[in-house]
Amino acid sequence: MDTRTAHALIRFGLGRKGTEAPPSDMQAWLAAQLNAPDPVLSQPGATTLEGMLALQEQRNNKELRGEASPVRKIFRQEQVRYIDNLLTTDAPFRERLVAFWANHFTVSLKRGEVAAIVYPYIREAIRPHVTSRFVDMLQAVMRHPAMLLYLDNAQSFGPDSAVGKRQKKGLNENLARECLELHTVTPSSGYTQADVTAFANVLTGWSIELKMHPPGFVYRPFVHEPGTQIVMGQNFGEGQEAGIAALNWLGQHPSTYRNIATKLVRHFVADTPPPASVARVEAVLRETHGDLKAASLELTRLPDAWHPLTKLRGPVDYAVAVLRATGIQVDREKTTIPAQLAGLGQPLQTAPLPNGWPDTAADWAGSEAILRRIDWVYGLTARTQTMDPMEVATASLGPLLSPTTAEQIRLAGSRRDAMTLLLASPEFLRR
Amino acid sequence: MVHPSMRLSRRSALLGLAASFTLGRASLAVAAAPTEKRFVVVLLRGALDGMGAVIPYGDSNLSTYRPELIPGAVGTQGGMLDLGGFYGLHPALAGFHQIYQAGELLPVHAVAGPYRIRSHFEAQDLMEYGSEHAMSSGWLNRVAEQMPTTSKTGTQTALSVGATLPLLLRGPAKVGSWLPKSFSRPEADLYARLQALHHADPVTGPALAEGLKERGFTDATLSGSAEQANKYAFQSLCASAGHLLAAADGPRLAALEIGGWDTHVGQKNRLGGALKPLGDGMTALKSALGDAWRQTVVLVMTEFGRTVRANGSGGTDHGTGTVAFIMGGAVAGGRVQANWPGLSSSNLFENRDLQPTADLRSVTKGILAHHFGLNTQALARIFPESERAAALGGLLRA
Repeated sequence: MDTRTAHALIRFGLGRKGTEAPPSDMQAWLAAQLNAPDPVLSQPGATTLEGMLALQEQRNNKELRGEASPVRKIFRQEQVRYIDNLLTTDAPFRERLVAFWANHFTVSLKRGEVAAIVYPYIREAIRPHVTSRFVDMLQAVMRHPAMLLYLDNAQSFGPDSAVGKRQKKGLNENLARECLELHTVTPSSGYTQADVTAFANVLTGWSIELKMHPPGFVYRPFVHEPGTQIVMGQNFGEGQEAGIAALNWLGQHPSTYRNIATKLVRHFVADTPPPASVARVEAVLRETHGDLKAASLELTRLPDAWHPLTKLRGPVDYAVAVLRATGIQVDREKTTIPAQLAGLGQPLQTAPLPNGWPDTAADWAGSEAILRRIDWVYGLTARTQTMDPMEVATASLGPLLSPTTAEQIRLAGSRRDAMTLLLASPEFLRR
Repeated sequence: MVHPSMRLSRRSALLGLAASFTLGRASLAVAAAPTEKRFVVVLLRGALDGMGAVIPYGDSNLSTYRPELIPGAVGTQGGMLDLGGFYGLHPALAGFHQIYQAGELLPVHAVAGPYRIRSHFEAQDLMEYGSEHAMSSGWLNRVAEQMPTTSKTGTQTALSVGATLPLLLRGPAKVGSWLPKSFSRPEADLYARLQALHHADPVTGPALAEGLKERGFTDATLSGSAEQANKYAFQSLCASAGHLLAAADGPRLAALEIGGWDTHVGQKNRLGGALKPLGDGMTALKSALGDAWRQTVVLVMTEFGRTVRANGSGGTDHGTGTVAFIMGGAVAGGRVQANWPGLSSSNLFENRDLQPTADLRSVTKGILAHHFGLNTQALARIFPESERAAALGGLLRA
């Protein structure tokens, strides 16, 4: 395995699985994953409707708590499927992009009763659009019940709408503000509080039905703020169509393209995104009207993207790479892997805030955080007694294995020590 | 045989000891066998420097190879503990010396397995297989298989304690297992090696150094010159093993492991730090066994020895011949068993290692033949292709 292959497997993928044969042409391997459909979409998975029915059932019957909770049942089942896919997928670049976009459009268990629909959200609003246009993903995300619950839009009422006037209820700006600030144009575009309020007015009525059948997205005209709204100098009229038009405009805004180009380059290239690389991805987004497949492929062609080991792996990426490299079987049926990921500092779908998990080494290299990784692999490698540490090292890192680490592995007094030294080495912590 | 009902109580008794099993690099596994005799194997993973533990101070060449690694003379404060005029015990092995003085400790020097490789993992595997090549079971498991089955014993049941079952006990003889839940943590020297690996990394280097400081590791603990936080882990594990083996319905075979022997750097401090818990552990085992000590044989062994010459960092590198220890109430001890090869450079193995003059399998076969009354055929099934390594006689009292 040459350096380029070893690097691409961890830079754009999730780490090599054991000693499975590496691809011969890395560029072709990466492109093929984006040209083929997402394999997960042809596998079983809970739908948003099933998740909403579970939430409805639980709201109607307060007895359904703990193990009896239909919400928990769906969440557990989908979490197992998600982890299984991370550990086994042959389309790891695509899966990395799914995680990237799910984090860009964070929906977190921290608020809003989203447990039953967070995985259906990824499946229905994120996955289908990872290689289509950004604006399509934005439209799908903004009307998904998970996002509407997570960022409170179901509780936003136009002050001059029929319901607003009768019940004296008003706006909730949360979704509109995060959409401008995080998902699309960012404050660098110069929008004001008036723009946030106007956009929140545009989005009034975008809500969810939880009492009637079928539960799901609903547009409520009696909650919608009447009148034309001006957002960042653009006029948007009334009704659901106005919201769709506003998202169409924001989703193709040059500031949005700059924002997502910067984030993609930070994730796949370097903590401090090289301006030339950002410019190239941004140009592709503008030329293609936000084609995410084209932008993702451009990432793989950036010279900067081929400098090895510039990024520190986040905890989930790290744990997945360790488990793929060693093939150690950890119980995924219950809570073992999720609990261990939480112990490492990154519980699945539980980012603290709407801006998602951070993406630089400084955020993940806390002193206790690094020690926890060491302790975790030390615990894990009690089960590696039949493995040859140098074989695992060569298979997972190839030429990226440093002579110092190789020497330490050779000198280690036990397999377990050797595996710990490998899996907690500086190069294995990076990608 | 452990009756099902007893197995339950035994298991719950074990659960109470959980903390001991998860500490550091010590572990314990036990197996039942149809006998009243007890047999304990202690694996020293990482290669014990045999000439550092049992020092052949009577060999005049020794001081030319490793002057800095020889403890003070016998009879001086903190000096070697004499073993009959030619050999001295490392001062950290005071526990061993008491057993020696009771005539129940027999060091066997210049021993090695049949293999001549210097890879820890391969050598540890072969030591546990009891063979020159990989097998489907460990030799201690085959010992359990070769025990005569009486009508009372029925199928053999064993219970393993600890995160893993050592290769030594794997195989067809049934062994159950129980996995402790909590994370275990590495010992100080593994953290120290990781800290060295990360030293030059601008991100993880400072983070790791800071984290270890926050956890109370001082530079002294990381360099091995201070006593380690887990210093009682092995001792309490040995006491647990002793109590289990002493019970009327308890297991009869046990495998203990303890690491910390890979003294490439700063051996003067590190070796004492590793030997002390070993000595204390054996004292604890003897005391917990009580009367059963009289029916017990303990074999302490390591995968290979270390170079005769000290290296450039005050340590020793992977070698060949080393020392093994046999102890127990039935052991013909109070002496050192060795066909000493000498240390002149022409006597060294490949001009670097202690030349082995005894095969570990001969030592083990000698114990098994006498202790369990196993015949030549049974011994050949336990150690296949070991005809040249005949059972050593006279290791146990008649």
